[in-house]
Amino acid sequence: MTSTLKLAARNLLRYRRRTLLTALLITLGVTALLLFVAAAGSFKQTMVGSITDSMLGHLQVHRKGYTQSIDNLPLNMSLQPNAVSKIESALKADPEVAAYSLRVKLGAMFSNFTENTSIRLNGVDPVAEDAALPGLRQRINEGDKSGPLVEPGKVLIPTLLARGMKVKVGDSVVLVVTNASGSVNGKNFIVGGVLDAITGPGGRDGYIHINDARELLRMDKPEVMEIAVRLKTIGKLSEVQQRLNSKLDEIRNKEDKPATELHTWSDLSPFANIVRMIDLMTLFIRIMLIAIVLVSVMNVMLMAVYERIREIGTLAAIGTQPGKLMAIFLSEGLLLGLVGAAAGIAISYALVAFLNVSPLVFNFGREQITLYPHLDLIEVLGVLGLAVLVSALASLQPAWRAARMDPIQALRHV
Amino acid sequence: MALIQATNITKNYRVGDEDVPALRGLSFEIGEGAFAAFVGPSGSGKSTLLNLIGCLDHPTSGTLLVNGTDISTLSRSSAATFRGEHLGFVFQDFNLVPVLSAYENIEYPLLMVRGWSPEKRRERVMKMIAAVDMTEQAHKRPDQMSGGQKQRVAVARALVGEPRLVLADEPTANLDHDTAYRILNLMKTMRDDYGTSFIFSTHDPKIMHEAELTFTLEDGRLQSEGVAA
Ligand SMILES: Nc1ncnc2c1ncn2[C@@H]1O[C@H](COP(=O)(O)OP(=O)(O)OP(=O)(O)O)[C@@H](O)[C@H]1O
Ligand SMILES: [Mg+2]
Repeated sequence: MTSTLKLAARNLLRYRRRTLLTALLITLGVTALLLFVAAAGSFKQTMVGSITDSMLGHLQVHRKGYTQSIDNLPLNMSLQPNAVSKIESALKADPEVAAYSLRVKLGAMFSNFTENTSIRLNGVDPVAEDAALPGLRQRINEGDKSGPLVEPGKVLIPTLLARGMKVKVGDSVVLVVTNASGSVNGKNFIVGGVLDAITGPGGRDGYIHINDARELLRMDKPEVMEIAVRLKTIGKLSEVQQRLNSKLDEIRNKEDKPATELHTWSDLSPFANIVRMIDLMTLFIRIMLIAIVLVSVMNVMLMAVYERIREIGTLAAIGTQPGKLMAIFLSEGLLLGLVGAAAGIAISYALVAFLNVSPLVFNFGREQITLYPHLDLIEVLGVLGLAVLVSALASLQPAWRAARMDPIQALRHV
Repeated sequence: MALIQATNITKNYRVGDEDVPALRGLSFEIGEGAFAAFVGPSGSGKSTLLNLIGCLDHPTSGTLLVNGTDISTLSRSSAATFRGEHLGFVFQDFNLVPVLSAYENIEYPLLMVRGWSPEKRRERVMKMIAAVDMTEQAHKRPDQMSGGQKQRVAVARALVGEPRLVLADEPTANLDHDTAYRILNLMKTMRDDYGTSFIFSTHDPKIMHEAELTFTLEDGRLQSEGVAA
């Protein structure tokens, strides 16, 4: 085994330039793939993190049909108190649920006393919302980041609105709403903070205290429009989704149909499509890497076999078994792929380390995203395995040719 | 029993859809410890015959026993095993592995064909490399050796596995006269020391006279069989 590898290494070193070029090609392919995966992974993680931690949560529960008309923020499609308490007990019972927040969602008219505009609001309990959406307070760019998320009588507004309406933290504003029965109600608020916008639904919502929301809407019962759920680990998402789905299915309306609906963040955010695009691109780059390795290794190995026909004839004549001859050429291709891929992995680690010291910053929509790429060991080993496997596959045919060669014909070859 | 026993062997090559006869019915015997030569004009069938004896090809008809084994029945892989265990080869163009040193070339059959243990290998290779007087050049690669040195290494490689028979197709054709004689004498010494039989082919009349037994071929037939004076 080691002697076969030694022979392979010697033969690779014999055609130094050709070996170097081919290995370099593989190195390049591996580096490109790993860097893309690392950067895309960081981008995905950052984006998904900001969506789930500061906006949607991992899962959301609504009354059946609510998400379909969520653009209108309907007031008559709320979860009634007894449904809410059933949902809450299901959530509390689930070991993977870390926190949840009850939200009253409403549309309002926002006035700075000279101009009006519309605003989408979430009425939330500051403690529960903070626990379920720990990233929300990170988006406060003006105002107090460390106190309660939103106090009664205060409103958090998105940056765009603050800029457009020329209001700042501490200013007085009025929120006017029309409630479910059509009566109009208004209330004075103080701007408690300004929020960075993020991409996706709910990324430009304002926040008020849930009691203020209910008071504005003159709700006589504690209805809820949305429950945002945070899990302990996002990896368990589909498992928890299944479990909760079967529990929530027991909550029925008068027609004995399920009264609630459960969605994951990816059902609700268009970013899920971008994630799919990124995954597709990764797949394409992977296929390209396979093609690069396959073609370059096969090319080199075909050349190697062709150049060494007489040597193959000699080795076969003096008693080398066909299988051994095959092993000699297979290990040569394998070694080539291994060295190329290993160099690519080393370079990728170096580049990723560098990118973590001086990170890439770019704009996605209105957000500024800083990428901290990270190489996953499983991914790295996977790429290494892929390169080695494909190299072996690429050498298979040339090695097979060498093993099957007729010694006499090979020895007569000029 | 003779080392080689050929009974009415023929060999046809298929060229296009025609059979070209290269050997037309040969019968002969070669005993243990022979130092024999196949001679004859170009195209007379010397290489063809050596290839048959070397288990590299099958006769078209007739039987050929090498060391008691009917070689026409051997499969590809068992022929390789047979060659590795009982035969040694020396080639006209030396055919050393270019990336291996003299030492490693001689070691190759023990390592990659026979699978000997490192200690046994080392002892045997050192002995053979000394026998061909290449100890000083043990580390050299073929491209750093002269033709005569390469052929000496090749002889050592052929003999390292202690075969019964070494086959050499025109082993001296690429060497000058002095070197050619030295290689033949080396082979003869080896025969004397180890009892290994040697069969070589040549066109060169002077070289031919070094053989103790000569088979003259012409157009695929055995013209004469002679014992040297
Ligand atoms: N692979 C082959 N295909 C077809 N014909 C062949 C083949 N090998 C040899 N021959 C023919 O068989 C005959 C004997 O060839 P062989 O090579 O055995 O002669 P030789 O005595 O070794 O000649 P030389 O002294 O030139 O080496 C020749 O007529 C040759 O053309
Ligand atoms: Mg010949």
